[in-house]
Amino acid sequence: MTSSNWHFDTEKSLVESHGLKLDEFEKIVEGLGREPNLTELGIFSAMWNEHCSYKSSKYWLKKLPTSGERVIQGPGENAGIIDIDDGDVAVFKMESHNHPSFLEPYQGAATGVGGILRDVFTMGARPVANMNALRFGDPNHPKTKHLVSGVVGGIGGYGNCIGIPTVGGEVNFHPSYNGNILVNAMTVGIAKKDKIFYSAAAGIGNPVVYVGSKTGRDGIHGATMASAEFDDDSEEKKPTVQVGDPFTEKLLLEACLELMKEDAIIAIQDMGAAGLTSSSIEMASKGNVGIDINLSKVPMRASNMTAYELMLSESQERMLMVIQPKKEELARNIFKKWDLEFEVIGEVTDTKKLILHMDGEEQASIPINILVEDAPEYQRDYIFNDPSPLISFESKDFEDKDILSDLLKMISHPNLCSRKWIWEQYDHMVMADTVVRPGSDAAVVRVHGTNKGIAISTDCSPTYCRHNSYEGGKHAVVETWRNIVASGAEPIAITDCMNFGNPEKPEIMGQFVECIRGMGDACSKLNYPVISGNVSLYNETNGEGIYPTPAIGGVGLIRDLSNTMTIDLKNEGNVLCLIGESNNHLGNSHYLSIILNREDGGTPLINLDDELKNGKFILDCIDKKLLKSVHDVGEGGVLVAIAEMCISGKQGIKIDITKDFLHGFFFGEDQARYLVEVSQNKLEQLEVDASKSAVKIERIGEIGGTSISINSIGEVELSSLIDHHTKWFNEF
Amino acid sequence: MKTHVIVFPGSNCDRDVAVAIQNIIGSSPEMVWHKDSTINQSDLIIVPGGFSYGDYLRCGAMASTSPIMKSVIENANKGVPVMGICNGFQILIESGLLQGALMRNSSLSFICRDIIIKPTNTKTIFTNKSTISKMPIAHNEGNYFANSNQIKEIEDNDQIAFQYCDENGDINAHSNPNGSINNIAGVFNKSKNVLGMMPHPERAAESIHGCDDGRNIFESLLS
Repeated sequence: MTSSNWHFDTEKSLVESHGLKLDEFEKIVEGLGREPNLTELGIFSAMWNEHCSYKSSKYWLKKLPTSGERVIQGPGENAGIIDIDDGDVAVFKMESHNHPSFLEPYQGAATGVGGILRDVFTMGARPVANMNALRFGDPNHPKTKHLVSGVVGGIGGYGNCIGIPTVGGEVNFHPSYNGNILVNAMTVGIAKKDKIFYSAAAGIGNPVVYVGSKTGRDGIHGATMASAEFDDDSEEKKPTVQVGDPFTEKLLLEACLELMKEDAIIAIQDMGAAGLTSSSIEMASKGNVGIDINLSKVPMRASNMTAYELMLSESQERMLMVIQPKKEELARNIFKKWDLEFEVIGEVTDTKKLILHMDGEEQASIPINILVEDAPEYQRDYIFNDPSPLISFESKDFEDKDILSDLLKMISHPNLCSRKWIWEQYDHMVMADTVVRPGSDAAVVRVHGTNKGIAISTDCSPTYCRHNSYEGGKHAVVETWRNIVASGAEPIAITDCMNFGNPEKPEIMGQFVECIRGMGDACSKLNYPVISGNVSLYNETNGEGIYPTPAIGGVGLIRDLSNTMTIDLKNEGNVLCLIGESNNHLGNSHYLSIILNREDGGTPLINLDDELKNGKFILDCIDKKLLKSVHDVGEGGVLVAIAEMCISGKQGIKIDITKDFLHGFFFGEDQARYLVEVSQNKLEQLEVDASKSAVKIERIGEIGGTSISINSIGEVELSSLIDHHTKWFNEF
Repeated sequence: MKTHVIVFPGSNCDRDVAVAIQNIIGSSPEMVWHKDSTINQSDLIIVPGGFSYGDYLRCGAMASTSPIMKSVIENANKGVPVMGICNGFQILIESGLLQGALMRNSSLSFICRDIIIKPTNTKTIFTNKSTISKMPIAHNEGNYFANSNQIKEIEDNDQIAFQYCDENGDINAHSNPNGSINNIAGVFNKSKNVLGMMPHPERAAESIHGCDDGRNIFESLLS
């Protein structure tokens, strides 16, 4: 065994610089029966970091419900898969690219999109929609503007070029993200049920093929970097950020899909985090086989690359495949047509080891099981933070507050204002199947060539999670579920992106555990399993962690696209009704934070029975064609939701209600509620049906005019609402 | 009607336009790989949108030198209708079939939204059924420019195809999304058998798109 000329005098600092703990290093020595060489140490570092091994989170993630009648593939593959009838499946996953996006926002976000796209098309699916969930720091923080422009530019730059529409997402601002922004990207793809590709290598002697871009020195140790906190010197880590090439990814997508039509691929895995290392080991581990690789054959972009660099590079737009030996020429010709690299770099073996050669010499020999099954797994200590106490507000607390001027302040705030400035930079219509564009509750894309659609929503309320992690976890799941219901779709499954601080701190681990428990309860109750996901820990700078942010991406099915619902008010004379109970819950609401600059009062409690009952009622009403528009009542409460419906539909409304506590009613963030538009002649039926289903319904007002007018209070013109709603980003 | 859609590496609206042709013209187009060298017998050649060659050098510049473009130019010179949409418009300009240049949007950012265009000359094979129409744009470099001599020439020869306008058909600064000179959204060649336009009619071609005004361009070609 050749080993680089290094001495274990420097062992400790070398081990630590690879992000490994000394006891983890001892475990490596014990497993190998010897000390690793530098290449092997790099491989262990890449596999055992938090990002790739899930060592702090695995134990808890197993508690989430992951099965259901429509689940074809749960967590553990490149992406999850659900059945959407007629032999079609939807393949989806969300993934974080937080650390690189903070260091280099354009490339960080762009390669985040590129990575998640590959996860989906690796499985044989054509990607049909991109979504995202973004968190930035205080809007006035000196870095925020640069980060927002860079991230939005990067997401658009990649998605637009490859030609997959970015159909929606969410954006939040909060000072807890000043030093760690979150960039979570989600892709949904469509495939045929009998044409799904997995990553388990098989067939001793079969060729292992490298396709895509050449390997360079970019992104070395990217995954390790993403598994550590930031400090004042983090800027120096910039070279670990990869550079994206969406054009090559487009070629790779088309070439892979073209090859997938042939019976040629046995296994396929994208080279994402930890590049050649994790892809080869994953394929070998899943297939319970070994893999030999001759690194001299790897297409290289730079000269004199070492085994260590080749194994750890995170150059983008690359794939590893095991193919049928007889189809090698056919496969080579397809990749040649698309001007992409195609090289047989190794073969499947029965050694159950990863063995690397370069220039005729052995560079590494590691049993796969030590890398995978024996990877460290921790049950980190945790303590629960007490949920912030619930405060009950009363009418007299807000006597000096004018409802309509507060409404204008709220809808012009960065957290509630129009995101048009962002989504207009994304091509959200390419592929010509976008049915509901960004700006509604959920985006809807048609399944190409059919009359059915997929509804997608991403959501999370970190403030809720910070003040009550259990209810916050429930809320994130429920909010996407409600958004999907409001679009007229049956919610089916979710993907999650768990963004937290340093798991070695018991209070952070406590947030994680409680969010998982809340998510699990909501998923179980709503029959809305988790089918894929990603964990991003160590989102901390100088010891300050982000708010707990379990971002959820939900997917639902609309069997008949004529049932698609949007939030824009449709017709004058129709009536707007509120579905669900209102209890004036102002705790931790946007009203409190925007108008009173307070962050207290407690996260609203979620009654999952009510959620299920009200959601099913909405879907029934849509099926019966009773509703003209539907909007989930979420951030900001009823009046903000009404304003959004008016702005979107360019319709006014005359609100006519009597309440003792108007501020509580208009701005409270009670859950399980929807606003629905109904025509006069269907109103009675709607009310009768609601009462039969024991669902609370209230008339809010009649649609029409050019303003929102509230009896006894006054009115505000639609044009003023629109100006306030769009001004913040337009002045950005 | 025999139609052809050229596919370059990085084209991404090729399928969308093929679907629109199938739905409106009633027969599916032949997809032509850019490395092919000849197109025989065509009634319509479409150069679709996308990011040919990643738009890396200058939008459309590399695609304009692809082997197939020689045949596209020959066909255009013979009078075969050729239509370039978005990146296709950029490619037709780079190949010399159309005049002017497409610069970066004046906002310096990518713009994807519905705009309204007005046909300036409705006596052509592409526009004889055109009216004021709503359809999406999605581009980073759609800011049309031509110098004053060229503008005079294309105006005198009725070569302006479409101009950005408002709902009432008024052509003004407010309705210009990208800084194009004289709000120009599309132009013809001298003999009006070559059209380049930035808006995407194929994305406004059925009710599910929210608007199907784009159909009138394809319907014009049918009549």
